[in-house]
Parts: sequence; C-alpha cells; structure tokens
Amino acid sequence: MPNPSLRVLATFRHWGTALPVWSGRLRKEYWPLAAQNIRAQGGRLLALWGEDRRTTEAGYLVHAAFLSETGIVRTEMIVDPATAAYPSLAAIFPGALRMERALYDLLGIRATGVNDTRPWLRHAAWPADQFPLRTDFSGEGLDIAADRDYTFLPASSPDTHEIPVGPIHAGIIEPGHFRFQVLGEEILHLEERFGYTHKGVERLFQGLDVAAGGAHLAGRISGDSTVAYAWSYAQAVEQIISMQMPERAQWLRALCLERERLANHLGDLGAIGNDAGLAFALTQFQALKEDLLRENQHYFGHRYLMDRVLPGGVAFDLTAAAIAALQGGGQALKTAVGRLQEILAEHGGLRDRVVQLGVISPERAAHLGLMGVAGRASGQAWDLRVQFPHIPYDQLQVRMATATEGDVAARMAVRFLEISESLRLQEEILQKLPDGNIYHPLDLRDAAGEGVGWVEGWRGEIFFWLRMEQGNIRHCRPQDPSWTLWPALEEAVLRDIVADFPLINKSFNLSYSGHDL
Amino acid sequence: MYRILREALRLGKAGEKPPRTQRDPASASPSCFRHSLSIRHVDAGSCNGCELELHALGGPHYGLEQAGFRFTASPRHADVLTVSGPVARHMVAALHDCHNAMPEPRRIIAIGDCACSGGVFRGSYAVMDGIAETLPVDLQIPGCPPDPDALLQGLLRVSGDRAET
Ligand code: SF4
Repeated sequence: MPNPSLRVLATFRHWGTALPVWSGRLRKEYWPLAAQNIRAQGGRLLALWGEDRRTTEAGYLVHAAFLSETGIVRTEMIVDPATAAYPSLAAIFPGALRMERALYDLLGIRATGVNDTRPWLRHAAWPADQFPLRTDFSGEGLDIAADRDYTFLPASSPDTHEIPVGPIHAGIIEPGHFRFQVLGEEILHLEERFGYTHKGVERLFQGLDVAAGGAHLAGRISGDSTVAYAWSYAQAVEQIISMQMPERAQWLRALCLERERLANHLGDLGAIGNDAGLAFALTQFQALKEDLLRENQHYFGHRYLMDRVLPGGVAFDLTAAAIAALQGGGQALKTAVGRLQEILAEHGGLRDRVVQLGVISPERAAHLGLMGVAGRASGQAWDLRVQFPHIPYDQLQVRMATATEGDVAARMAVRFLEISESLRLQEEILQKLPDGNIYHPLDLRDAAGEGVGWVEGWRGEIFFWLRMEQGNIRHCRPQDPSWTLWPALEEAVLRDIVADFPLINKSFNLSYSGHDL
Repeated sequence: MYRILREALRLGKAGEKPPRTQRDPASASPSCFRHSLSIRHVDAGSCNGCELELHALGGPHYGLEQAGFRFTASPRHADVLTVSGPVARHMVAALHDCHNAMPEPRRIIAIGDCACSGGVFRGSYAVMDGIAETLPVDLQIPGCPPDPDALLQGLLRVSGDRAET
C-alpha cells in the first residue's frame, strides 16, 4: 500500500496480481510531488514511458513505475496534445533524464524544467518532427545518414584532449559511442552516446498477437537475457488474463533463469580476466560456459534458452534422466569454479588490476538508484528474488550476494557468489520439481487491460509493461536495467586511465540492444 | 603459477577436430583466403545473441585459429566482414565506413536471420531488413542465432574450402 502522503495525491488501485502493484492517475501538478514523496521514502525509478492515447482519451499518456518498500507504484498522467509538455522528474531521479529525452524522440512530448533537450535515441533515421510512437507516424522520409549534429559536452579546459570511441569497437561487442576527455592518461570526463542499435521494438510490438509474435520478439530484446525478458513478458500477459500458471512450469522457468545467470556470469568472469591480461581465465571460463550451453541445447532445446519460456508455461520438460544429468553437471561446475576462484583470488597480477578500479561508492550508487550486479557490488541490497519472491523463489530462500567496495573486484566477487547460489538453487529446483503440466493454453479472446512483469535477470531487474486490446498487443514497454546502470559507468571511470576502460566496462557488461530498443 | 598449470592440464585439449576440408574447385573465393582469414565483425543492431555465438566460436572447443581464422580489430587487416543484426538505420553509416576501409579482395557474410532478412525486426521503421539492402552479401548463415558449427562451416566456405566427403 502506498504511504498516506502519496494516497492524498491520487486514488491507487491494487492490481490483482502475484506482484505487488499499485496504480494511480495523477494530475500534472502532482507528477513531481509523487516522485519526491517516493524518493524521500527511499524508492527508486524503474521506468518512464509513454503512449499515444489521443484516439481513446484526451491526449498522450505518460507512465512511470517506481519501486517502494511495499512494491511497485505505477503512476500515469494525461498530457495535453496542444502543449505536449509535462514536468520533468530528472531533478528528483537523475536516471529520468535519458528516459525523458527518449520519450521526446519517440512520442514528441517534452519534459519541461531541464536544459538538456538533445535527442537520445534518435540520430537521423527519421525526421526530427516525426515521432514513431504516434499513431499517425507516416514512416516517410526515413534516412541512413550518420549522426553528425549531436553536441557533446565541450572540453572543460584547453589542456584536455578528446578521444572518440565507437560506435564500432575493437572486439566483438555491441555498438555505442564513448567520448572521453583526458588529461594525459587520466579520464576527466566520459560521455556516452547510444541509440545505434535502435530497432523500433516498441512500435513493432503493436498489433502483434500475444502468444506467437509477441513472445518471439520479447525473447530477442536482449539476447543475453532472453529468459528474463520472456518471463517478465509472460508475467504481464498472465496477469491480464488472470491466469494461474501450472506450478511445474514456474519452477522450470526459474531453472532457466538461473542457468542464464550462470552462463553470463561465467562468460563475464572469463572476459574480465582476459581484459586484465589473464588469458588463462578466459579459456577456462569459456570452456565451462560452453559445456553449460551444450547441456542447454541437449536438455532444453536451445543453447541460450530462447523461446523456452512462453506465456502459459514453458516449451520443454525434463525427464528423470535429464534431471540426474543436470545435477551431475552442476556438481562438476561447482568444483571447477571453486578451483578457479581460488586461483584468481591469489593472482597478484589480476588483483593489481581490479582492486580499487572503477569505483562506485555506496552513496553514489544509492543516489543513482543502482541495482542488479553493479548495485549489489556497491552495497545496494536489492534482489527481487529476495525482497519480492514469486513462485518458486518464495520456497527457495535465495541468499543475496553483496559487497561494499564498488570496484571491479567487488563486481567479480558478486558474480562468484551468485554462481554458487545459482548452482545451489538449480540443485534445489531439480530435487523439488513438482509434478504436473508444463503448459496451459491461453484463452486470449477479448483479453484487454494492463499488466506488468518484473524479473531479476542476471544483469538486474527487467521490467515489462503491457497493454492488450482484443487479444492483441496494443502497446508495451520493456525496460532494461541498463537504462539505470549506464550513467554509473560514466562516473566509475573518472580518474582511472583510458587503458582501464575496457576492464571497467566489462565488469558492468551492460546491454546496448536492451537499452536502445 | 603451479596451480594455473595444473588447471590448464586438467582442462587438457578441449579443442575438437575441425572438419577435414579440401579446396572447393567451384569456389569463387581467392586462393589466398585458404587457411587464412582475418575477420572483422560488426554488430549492426543485433540482439547480442549472435555475438554470444561468435564469442563461443572463439573458445577452446572450436579451434578457430587452428583453422587459420582470427578476428581482427581493424577493418584494414580484414578479408571478411561479418555482420549481425537487421542493420539498424543508425548503424548504416558506420558499417559503410568499416566496409570502405577493407582492402580487396573482401567478402561479406550475413550472420543470423536478422542479417539475412531482418528476422524478427523485419518491417520496422528503424531497420533495413537485412544487409543485402545496403551492401553486397556473399554468404548467408541463417539461424537465431546460428551455432558455432554453422558459423565455422560458413567461414570455411568463404575461405574456398568444402568438407571432405
Ligand atoms: S538472428 Fe536471432 S540471435 Fe541473431 S541478432 Fe537476430 S534475433 Fe538476435
């Protein structure tokens, strides 16, 4: 239940769901007030997005979702098409700034009260006076020109020089641009520029049928988090049609989620070691990850578990033999990771590179509203599996991994802890897996309404909001934790040297595709 | 150090034998590509799934370098440009820059369903529906994502080899 001072601003409705969600419509004047109230109570901003409701209501609808101590508070506000403006939340939640800039690019409504009105997701693909999320978006005048007009922050002193990096980077990674201002080797300022992988996902979702097209696309918003996205999408759908999921399916979903966490953490630890010059770590962790991926292919049907989690259940089942084999694999992985962890902990060369590097203090982390691996490594004790456990996590007692140093070493330590916890969870899930169906066909005729999904992915929380009409998707908004975490990278690198940037960046390993949508 | 060696020995030779191949007489690839390809990969708006498989391909199981292939940082050193993603409009200019920087002879491989035809993102205002809309494609490797074996087979073909029967 939202606190009393929030309740005087609007009537909040509790959504009948497994997740604790309260939803209310605010008047424009109350928009920042509600955010201030939530901030004062220690809440966080999860997402801010908008939709074109001019055909059904009086204008555009802006939504925000916050985390409060009792669950999600979702607020909405009508924006008059004549002014197309609404008050900014950036002074209250710094993370709101990029979301508001992106909202202008996509929907053409402007947050007032901030100076930064540069585009965020739009480069030159569509004209500046057209907005893809408006229902009357013509799709004409599309372009492939480079993004030449973006104004980066000017250099602070004539002694500094600028290093532009990207969008294409040296390795096999996603595209994005980083603009460094350096004095000698030292980084004085870093500015990120994204949007290169913008694929128009929000608009693509519109009109898709929920069971096939929507689920397929949801699993490809960020390929490394396909389970987390598919599950949060499924939660949103199941909430709209008030469906009870077969319990076995829920447990199998959690198994997939933990295996996704394992695969990514293994890959990251190897890559961090490699960026610190320890090729041994890369080879060893890659070998472990590959074994895990092959198990996935063999027992689940896809190396990265794409399309395994569907609205209504899961697309695979495990036989007793498969369960035994996975248990054996888990044991072997546990021993191998344990040995590697000892070696890495004792490796002086590695320690020299990762300790006290790329630090985000707990205070800054709290200010920026960090969560996920990077948040927990800076003392932010948020883990949905612990604070808001849904089935089966409510029966598994997840132990949260935290550290307070906030450096690269801490982000590695959190990953090691989470690997052993995920292995423990996998073992427990495999032992206690309830019998029953794995899939329950959906009855989507005339399904309508709003739903949310919220899942602790390996990187952080993935939030999904969905509106359905006549059984199809009307609008949806997937929110990657990277929206909140990317600004932290800009701070983490300050006063470190340029050559350490890849290492610091890897220790965050944030998503471009999930962010650019 | 001793423990690192012990672990390395414990892992042993993880590499699997690359498929035996011979020169394909029908191949139009230059003979200098054989057993030696430098690859520049560009993510042109992929979901990152295809990149995961490219990473896996570089891992110890697949012996990529044994086959004579390696990923290079500079397009100026590259024989082959691999591209993933539906080609987001925002990536077209950078992709062209990269392609223009490559010396001849050069080849382009489309990696994954997205790069072949747009995949799940086909029809969006923000993408090109595949690389062929903007650069000439020599080989398509479909899949979502294509697994490392499929990627290796594709690279072998572009290098002018075919599997021995
Ligand atoms: S082909 Fe599949 S895995 Fe590859 S980028 Fe496209 S959606 Fe992702």
